[in-house]
Amino acid sequence: MNLLSLEDVSVTYTIASGEVPAVRDVSLTLDPGEALGIAGESGSGKSTLAMALLRLLPRDARVEGRIVLDGEDILAMKWGRLRAVRWAEASIVFQGAQHGLNPVRRIGEQIAEPLLVHGLAQPAQARTRVAELLEQVGLPAWRSRSYPHELSGGQRQRVMIAMALACSPRLIIADEPTTALDVMVQAQVLSLIKDLIASHGISLIMISHDLSVLADMCDRLAVMYAGRVVENGPSHEVFHAARHPYSGALAAAFPTVGDPVSRMAPKGLGGDPPDPMDLPSGCSFHPRCPVALDLCSSLDVELWPAGREGEGPHTAACVHVRPDLKAGADELGSPATETGADELASPDAETGGDDPAAPSPDSERGQGRGEVVAAASLETAARDERAKETS
Amino acid sequence: MSTPLLQARDLHVEFSSRGRRARAVDGVNLAVGEGEIVALVGESGCGKTTLARTLLGLERPTSGTVLYGGQPLTYTSKALKAYRREAQLVLQDPTGSLNPRHTVYEAVAEGPRIHGMANEEQVVAEALSRAGLRPPERFFLRYPHELSGGQRQRVVIAGALALNPRMLVADEPVASLDASVRGEILALLLKLREELGLSALVVTHDLGLAWNIADRVAVMYLGRIVESGPVEEVLKEPKHPYTQALLSVLPESPERVVLSGEPPDPTRIPGGCRFHARCQVLASGAAALAGVDSRCRSELLEVLPAVPEAQAACYYADTMAADEAVVR
Repeated sequence: MNLLSLEDVSVTYTIASGEVPAVRDVSLTLDPGEALGIAGESGSGKSTLAMALLRLLPRDARVEGRIVLDGEDILAMKWGRLRAVRWAEASIVFQGAQHGLNPVRRIGEQIAEPLLVHGLAQPAQARTRVAELLEQVGLPAWRSRSYPHELSGGQRQRVMIAMALACSPRLIIADEPTTALDVMVQAQVLSLIKDLIASHGISLIMISHDLSVLADMCDRLAVMYAGRVVENGPSHEVFHAARHPYSGALAAAFPTVGDPVSRMAPKGLGGDPPDPMDLPSGCSFHPRCPVALDLCSSLDVELWPAGREGEGPHTAACVHVRPDLKAGADELGSPATETGADELASPDAETGGDDPAAPSPDSERGQGRGEVVAAASLETAARDERAKETS
Repeated sequence: MSTPLLQARDLHVEFSSRGRRARAVDGVNLAVGEGEIVALVGESGCGKTTLARTLLGLERPTSGTVLYGGQPLTYTSKALKAYRREAQLVLQDPTGSLNPRHTVYEAVAEGPRIHGMANEEQVVAEALSRAGLRPPERFFLRYPHELSGGQRQRVVIAGALALNPRMLVADEPVASLDASVRGEILALLLKLREELGLSALVVTHDLGLAWNIADRVAVMYLGRIVESGPVEEVLKEPKHPYTQALLSVLPESPERVVLSGEPPDPTRIPGGCRFHARCQVLASGAAALAGVDSRCRSELLEVLPAVPEAQAACYYADTMAADEAVVR
């Protein structure tokens, strides 16, 4: 059974000027012991999603859908139960460790707090446990008497990890755990997290904008754009053979040193992330998409099988994994029948980035133009098809 | 070799820190040529930002000289003002370096006003469009909060370009930007070099950035440059154990060397090779096999000269190179 499953989770903030859809219809699952990476840029909704998992969002955020942790719906929980679940079942390591710790209390007290609050230990036991936890995160036990300002950034992040481990949770959510840290310290903290989740069998959700780090740490990757998951699949597949052009651009943003392709050729993506209150029509990525077709401005493709045979489940929300839609005009009237994964691996759905060699939209544009209605009906037909398949 | 545009000669910068002497920059030779992009790489606290500030005349060296166009900097306000028209600073966080109550126009026009440049509006428009904000008039009256992170960084760069400098010193120019924007800003730096022949010293902790845009790289550890040379040589075949470790912890590298601990603070620079306490080559016993371990621990290393060729300040690397030469 899944440890965690999200079903059509949406988060909407209400502000003075209207409603901001920060997360839109996200469905994800996490198995026990699995590590899932959520990638995206600022404003993509990834941190909001993480906070929603433990209902840590402010009151003006409306969360819809279902978030099921270990068989229990988090959104339906009573306050008391929710408090018990936080820390004990699932805990969060926040970005920016200097703000996560109370500056006027010794770190030992802070690590012990959840243990005492949850009644998991008496003060004397808690002290032993704190020493044990500090050792696990690679800090000497005498550090429990230190104040946060006496520690370096990396050490503070280790303390945060010790706190997250204190109540032996089954799930740790790490939101940009290494963002402000130096390369070497980042490597230390990441390998610590990796070892700890492996030795304790803890599941991990890690959130970052750095796809290369996530690919390294996680089994699976979900890429978010404008509040949606646009690609979800095995890490190495998403990182090396992205099927959504946005994932491809994110992967290319962090070059592999030594790779001649990226030498003197930084890869970026034109344009800016969309304003969530004014999302583009159709696929929200289409204004920045290097391989967009005409129909992308009106057609919003949902997540669709995009993987290769023999690999884990892999989905992408892009017209290029839907040759049935791309071909639009020709196949009008003959609903799409094939959704076989391998056939979808058409060579023209390359990873994108700035690649000028990407599909020759010219030929396809002619076909795509004006076929929106037809394409939309195909979309419905194909959805029915998929529903049949999954049932 | 022609005279480098900007040069540090045996530069030392010291601060007093709680009654102790912090040697932030402890003997650095570095040169940036005309039209060259040099990446200065290191962890926080290694002195890279102090070095950059000293090169811009924002700090005065304790000893040593900064030379611009072969001439030592003069630290009078008049001379510094003239120098800063030639060498401009681009800071890390565009949100922090722009005044939230100034429009884009005012932000970019500030430099030209101070320097009494004519045709202000034209200068501003040109700088904005060079920085990729086109059409520039559309941005004149916008405020920083109305712009995205990438656009703000472009405004900061436009502010630097408005003075028509020959050199940019950029301190972590993309560290606070989103992944997809990062490449755009780096591409802009490359384009400016191509179109205007602009030199750049890019201070960063990001080796990928060096690989993306720099001609040469200098790796700094505890106030000194420990390895430098052409990017392709240094990053593909690093000689110094510290560079090797930095590269090994990048995602996708086959074998990791995660150094334990953190760099000592610059008030306590270890004797011998300053890296010896954390050095994986010394710890593995390889240095002892090569018979250099006692030198690593006790003998001070020479300061690397400012030469374009690949070089490393490491006894072990020297021995290995000498052995290789003998074999050949």
